Amino acid sequence: MEHVLDKYKTVTLEDVKVWFKAGTLKDFPSNRGGCVKYKDKQIAVFNFERRNEWYACQNVCPHKLEMVLSRGMTGSADNVPKIACPMHKKTFSLVDGSNLNGEDYSIATYPVKVVEGEVLIGFID
Amino acid sequence: MIKIIVVGNGMVGFKFCEKFISKSGQEKYQITVFGEEPRRAYDRVHLSEYFAGKTADDLSMSTANWYEENNIILNTSELITDIHKESKTITTHLEKTHSYDYLVLATGSSAFVPPIEGVEKEGVFVYRTIEDLDAIMAYAKKIKANGSTEAAVLGGGLLGLEAAKAVRDLGLNPHVVEFAPRLMPRQLDKGASNMLQSKIEALNIGIHLNKSTQYIAGKDAITGMMFEGDHLLKVDMLVISAGIKPRDELGKGAGLEVGVRGGIVVNNKMQTSDPNIFAIGEVALYNHMIYGLVAPGYEMADVAAEQIIGSDKLMRETIDMSTQLKLIGVEVASFGDPFIENEEVTAIVFENKFNGTYKRINVTKDGKTLLGGILVGDSSDYNGLFQIYSNAMALPPNPEDLILGSRGGEGSTLGNAMDLPDTAVICSCENVTKGAICCSITDGTCETMGDVVKLTKATSGCGGCKPMVVDLVKAAQKSIGKEVKESICEHFHYTRQELFDIVKINKYTNFYEVVDHHGNGDGCEVCKPVVASIFSSIYNDTANKHVTTQDTNDRYLANIQRNGTYSVVPRIAGGEITPEKLVVIGEVAKQFGLYTKITGAQRLDLFGATLNDLPAIWKILIDNGFESGHAYGKSLRAVKSCVGNAWCRYGMDDSTTFAIELENRYKGIRSPHKLKGGVSACIRECAEARGKDFGVIAVEGGWNLYICGNGGANPKHAVLLAETIDKETVFKYMDRFLMYYVRTAGPLVRTSTWLEKLDGGLDYLKEVIIHDRIGICEALEAEMQSLIGTYECEWKQVLEKPRLMKRFSHFVNSDDKDDNIEYVPIRDQHMPKSWNF
Repeated sequence: MEHVLDKYKTVTLEDVKVWFKAGTLKDFPSNRGGCVKYKDKQIAVFNFERRNEWYACQNVCPHKLEMVLSRGMTGSADNVPKIACPMHKKTFSLVDGSNLNGEDYSIATYPVKVVEGEVLIGFID
Repeated sequence: MIKIIVVGNGMVGFKFCEKFISKSGQEKYQITVFGEEPRRAYDRVHLSEYFAGKTADDLSMSTANWYEENNIILNTSELITDIHKESKTITTHLEKTHSYDYLVLATGSSAFVPPIEGVEKEGVFVYRTIEDLDAIMAYAKKIKANGSTEAAVLGGGLLGLEAAKAVRDLGLNPHVVEFAPRLMPRQLDKGASNMLQSKIEALNIGIHLNKSTQYIAGKDAITGMMFEGDHLLKVDMLVISAGIKPRDELGKGAGLEVGVRGGIVVNNKMQTSDPNIFAIGEVALYNHMIYGLVAPGYEMADVAAEQIIGSDKLMRETIDMSTQLKLIGVEVASFGDPFIENEEVTAIVFENKFNGTYKRINVTKDGKTLLGGILVGDSSDYNGLFQIYSNAMALPPNPEDLILGSRGGEGSTLGNAMDLPDTAVICSCENVTKGAICCSITDGTCETMGDVVKLTKATSGCGGCKPMVVDLVKAAQKSIGKEVKESICEHFHYTRQELFDIVKINKYTNFYEVVDHHGNGDGCEVCKPVVASIFSSIYNDTANKHVTTQDTNDRYLANIQRNGTYSVVPRIAGGEITPEKLVVIGEVAKQFGLYTKITGAQRLDLFGATLNDLPAIWKILIDNGFESGHAYGKSLRAVKSCVGNAWCRYGMDDSTTFAIELENRYKGIRSPHKLKGGVSACIRECAEARGKDFGVIAVEGGWNLYICGNGGANPKHAVLLAETIDKETVFKYMDRFLMYYVRTAGPLVRTSTWLEKLDGGLDYLKEVIIHDRIGICEALEAEMQSLIGTYECEWKQVLEKPRLMKRFSHFVNSDDKDDNIEYVPIRDQHMPKSWNF
């Protein structure tokens, strides 16, 4: 059961080996999420238009292992961008993936950049 | 580095590490932990949940990398064999030697196995570790395959009853065997034990008291237990949980002082007879006692940690053994001295066999002091009674009021949390006093309940003290003149009602305008849906308008289910549907492989629609005359009806037609929480109208209108607003009532709770909406009129605008569906695979 989570490990900007073209700007709704398929992974991508920032994380919520985070609601806690899972409202920081409710599970995050209207997500493999 | 070695990695050993690393100055120390079990410390208190599907990981007290993150060296599966006090070293069974500056023995206890002939037979187990549980599970499976159903538990104490529940969860019939004449002999008197026994026996668990077991029958494996008097109980498995035996062999071997009946003697600093060696938890003999509860163990861990780091914190003189728990679903509590009764002390006992409750309090004969008590079947008074006992607070003039409640007159007999002395322990799991909670607010360290929880850890254990902590935090905030506001969240310091007025007056139409002008930050999952709902209530916007800020289900116009698929509920007003439409629903379910069930509101629910399929499903439904049923919205759901005088020989009026009219009048209107209605054509009340937010019942000469009822977690009957009124008047009062609720209720507050909190209650509400006391009826009606008749089906809107369809795709870069969804069969349909973690 746990193997779903093993696929997702945080990638930092310096780790990136592959910049995957996930789509163009208009493919992604603003101030909420879209889900991107990359190989056997599902990645949730958020265009935080209001802050002019982009974030990406695993789409699977570590609480009950359902592929739903991209459908959650974005927001901020103490000014840190966060995502709330639509299932049970578990919230995670989009900056470092940490759990904001004090539970001991967190999410993997991935770098995102926008180049000439293309949205790119960084992976190591 | 100063070296601390902790021997034992159970709950108390873990708590020592947790407490130690939170103290200032801890960076000068290196903690090394040795545990003989193969895993990290886990929660033994909730061990029986392992049978109910929790995994070893769920029970773990820490995350996998917790020890590493905190620079603690953890050695599992390694047993300490010797302590050499003089050289300050220990040896492990791997022949390794380690030196220490301080040694902490947290070796706990093992199960006490009485010397009964035959206990070595196959099928006899103890109940202590995850490995024991695995062995019990495997054996239970084996004997069940051979057709056995009976198993015994030796010991009718706390742990024995837990074990009995576990045995039952494994699908066997448990028999609890106890040597004493009553259950939980340390906590309960005979009357309480009898009540508990009758409640447990009602669950088909056998209770055998006064039983002395002579031998375990059977050749190689157990087949029964022979009691004194040649009475044989046939069982194929036995779980022993008849007490504990401290694991003091290490201490004994090292020449530390031990008690006559075991346990390593400690002083109030938790030091053993060697000042560099500490003992904590169930191995420690403090005041000639072994305390087999986790709370004192935690306190010992904290004292030892403080002592090592150089403070002078001491263990309390008397350790309170009060406890409140649920055993096999029965609430049991015992506090102070539960049994005391003598020339000076008298017991007041209240027993109610009708509802299965037993309450006892022990009060001094002058009626001034509460010394202890017992509660079985209903322990809701435990918190209040415990505070009165532990703080020696004054009793009411009639002490019996403490367990009977004050009969007549107002007010609670258990007093107010603010009357407690500052030293009162409010959270006994984390040992947090009233003073600590209140001071954290008054000295400015904390601002909110959340801050207090973070700082003190209060409420983070069993959670039983939460209501009291909330009260104290509020009272402390008030005491420093801080206005206690029911503000929505960190982004808005306003109530929903204030925000409603702000939006209406400024004519805002976009969430970010509101947060930029009147809030801060970017909003969150709490305030966004509130503002979206306010927009809908004012402008009658459908949920398609503010997709970004709509809550989970509103965003996709469907209810999310356990595996991330959705359910579809078309409107079936009043529960009336044609055969043709029934066929359509069946066809749609077959085509898309949906699970179908009839809901509580007389509608049909189709489960398991993927995000991608939702528009196609709705297209067929809408083409066949259906519309959205708003089962996903905080809005009117359904108006339930009986068949009325159209068919029923008792019907006094046409309830179905009225229900359909009401449903169509208010459908789509967004409100602070969901709204449900019902219409019955006579007082037999087949539509259960009085369990709804609004209910109409036909009577001689008109209709009675009831409001503010609901089912759910706190069922409440709706109350009578007006009697014998005609349909038009029902509509008029309903328009006013609903609009007044929509305008003034807090987020996610149902009508029943709203009425409870309304100053002046029902009488005031009647004044406002029937007699127009504050002159707002015209405005309320006008506002409602602007919503009625502007209804649009939001699913129809989606299907007409490709732009709106975009959100119904699982991926942005692929038309594939979510490949993570797995189904299992259930009866003749299917359901998502279970969440057994």
